[in-house]
Amino acid sequence: MNLNVIVHAGISTGTILLIAAIGEILTERAGIKNLGVEGMMLLGAMAGFKIAHETGNVWLGLLGAIFAGGILSLLHGLVTISFQADQTVSGLSLTFLGTGLALVMGEGLTGLTTPVVPNYTVPILSQIPYLGEVLFTNHNLLTYFGYLLIPISWFFIFKTKPGLHIRAVGEKPAAADTLGVSVYRIRYLYTFIGGCFAGLAGAAISIAISPGWYSHLTTSGQGWIAIALVIFAQWNPTRAALGGYLFGMLRRLLLDLQGPAMLLGGRNPFFYNHNLVFFLQMMPYALTVLALLWGSSGARRKRLGAPAALGEPYVRGERGL
Amino acid sequence: MGLRLEFQKRTEDHPKWLPAATSIGAVLLAFVISGFILKSVGADPLYIYSYFWTASFGSWGSISDVVVKATPLLLIGLGSALSFKMRLWNIGGEGQFYMGAFFASMVVLLPMVNLQTTPKIVVLGLMMVMGMVGGALFGFIPGVLRAKYNINEVITTLMLNYIAVYWNNYWIFGKYSDAGFQMTKMFPKVAWLPRLADYAKQYKFFSGITLHAGVIFGLIAAVIVWIILNKSRWGYKITLIGDNPKAARYAGLDITKNIILVFMFSGALAGLAGMAEVSGVVHRLQERISTSYGFSGVIVAWLAKLNPVAVIIVSILFGALIVAGREIQPSGVSFLIQGITLFLVISSDVLLKYTLRIERTGKHSKSIEPEAALTEEAK
Repeated sequence: MNLNVIVHAGISTGTILLIAAIGEILTERAGIKNLGVEGMMLLGAMAGFKIAHETGNVWLGLLGAIFAGGILSLLHGLVTISFQADQTVSGLSLTFLGTGLALVMGEGLTGLTTPVVPNYTVPILSQIPYLGEVLFTNHNLLTYFGYLLIPISWFFIFKTKPGLHIRAVGEKPAAADTLGVSVYRIRYLYTFIGGCFAGLAGAAISIAISPGWYSHLTTSGQGWIAIALVIFAQWNPTRAALGGYLFGMLRRLLLDLQGPAMLLGGRNPFFYNHNLVFFLQMMPYALTVLALLWGSSGARRKRLGAPAALGEPYVRGERGL
Repeated sequence: MGLRLEFQKRTEDHPKWLPAATSIGAVLLAFVISGFILKSVGADPLYIYSYFWTASFGSWGSISDVVVKATPLLLIGLGSALSFKMRLWNIGGEGQFYMGAFFASMVVLLPMVNLQTTPKIVVLGLMMVMGMVGGALFGFIPGVLRAKYNINEVITTLMLNYIAVYWNNYWIFGKYSDAGFQMTKMFPKVAWLPRLADYAKQYKFFSGITLHAGVIFGLIAAVIVWIILNKSRWGYKITLIGDNPKAARYAGLDITKNIILVFMFSGALAGLAGMAEVSGVVHRLQERISTSYGFSGVIVAWLAKLNPVAVIIVSILFGALIVAGREIQPSGVSFLIQGITLFLVISSDVLLKYTLRIERTGKHSKSIEPEAALTEEAK
């Protein structure tokens, strides 16, 4: 067990959660809750892997994954924005649909290899003591994309005019509508963008950070963890990033706990009784629940929380639909 | 000449047959759309569908298999229907099923009673109770978190699904493993639910028919849930809280208590399904006793429009999908059909709230009836 390795790996795998969570933040800030992240991620992972395998071009794979996630999310948009269906149920069915599509179209991909998004060491920055080693050395290019995404998405949401429009639509759609902001268009747009991010997050697994196609085990619930992260992060990209990285490190720590025979000066129970590892595997899911519990008390204390119109369909006055 | 679609809010209640019609239409359309998708990946949809039919309804043996697979779907679907009625999204059927199976198995594995001397009916009764306790426990946790801390139950129930699977694995790989295999020893016969095949000596016809008594639990549960929802005061409260929580609060209903109760009831039904599966089908606790029954149960409930009687019919249909989907390639087909079906069902709900008019942008305008609108939507 090496702390540097854990932090390095955590930042790497945390990037997957970070991308998916920031996409979902953009969608939810506009008032649309999309619980289909897991399905969109799996479809993106499959599409990215399949396209990269068949064309031999990893960038086309990434593009295809983004597109696949975006297209799938538009179904959610159609059903919830235009048809005003319940967003929870629609999101769930999106997960089913995405999973089904990915499994059907991904038949026979297991065991194949593809080109992957390359790793890169940033010159100069990687020379910074300690930080250079864990943050800027031999990381996947998508990890650096993640670094850029954090400030950009924060700035976009809180400091720009389009960001203001998103928040207005998510908090008080009727008021935004009065001021000439098209609620429907913005909700469709950011549902689509959220889907694109989820698709990219899927490809970040299958053709970048832990390459391969393992059918539904490829994502293994990370889409759901990303949604929990959004709530925990109180719809703030910076907090989502921190949470994502921490979560990634925890996962790596749990993995590494199984290795050494001695732990903290005593016999390592996970080494001698291998079945206890099942409890380690439970941990990410249990911690997600605990994080939500912790987040919920924090949210109430600070009176921060979900966008006011999250999950509410918007119906314009007399037009009916 | 252009066409324009226009939705108009219904001023009267929709006709009584419309929900059923939209559900049936959604299923049929789902098969058509899945057919096109299968075609596009190079599979032969007509062959797959005809195989589906013979593999599920082709013989008495396969029909019995379908009902066996429909049993957990029925129980979980009923539990989901009850919680959805209150707009509680219990997606934890999978985990509650596993915990039910685990708790029921404990009766045999610990053992809780002397398996040599205790009458079968007592052992089975105890297993049923334990199964329901296990399921209810995994309903209680998300219920409390939702009711007291307002934590999104979709995520907590999903996370608990994973936890339940690992929890089961810990015991079947470890303490209760049968000679290192990932399963426990076969339960003694006293812990088996009666099957039709047990009566093959008297009635030749029953030989090899695996249908077990669990289906009776399902049918009884359907009646109970129907009574709760339609005839009881509790059902009225559940519906009121679901439709209008503010009004329910003003009316002095204890929402916290009801959320927890509904979650536990819903979990208990899924737990009973887990008990029926270990006691009626596999006769041991092992890995992968569920082929995502928990998730399919959610779709069953929704497709049945939360109507307990319709849940029976829909679970048979989905049981057939699972039986036929076991051997078919590509492996995701039944998932795909389920996903598309659910999507079409929720989209078609718009027809219950609105009438669809198609207006020609010329002089004459013409309105069409909703059932025609459903096919129109498909185009």
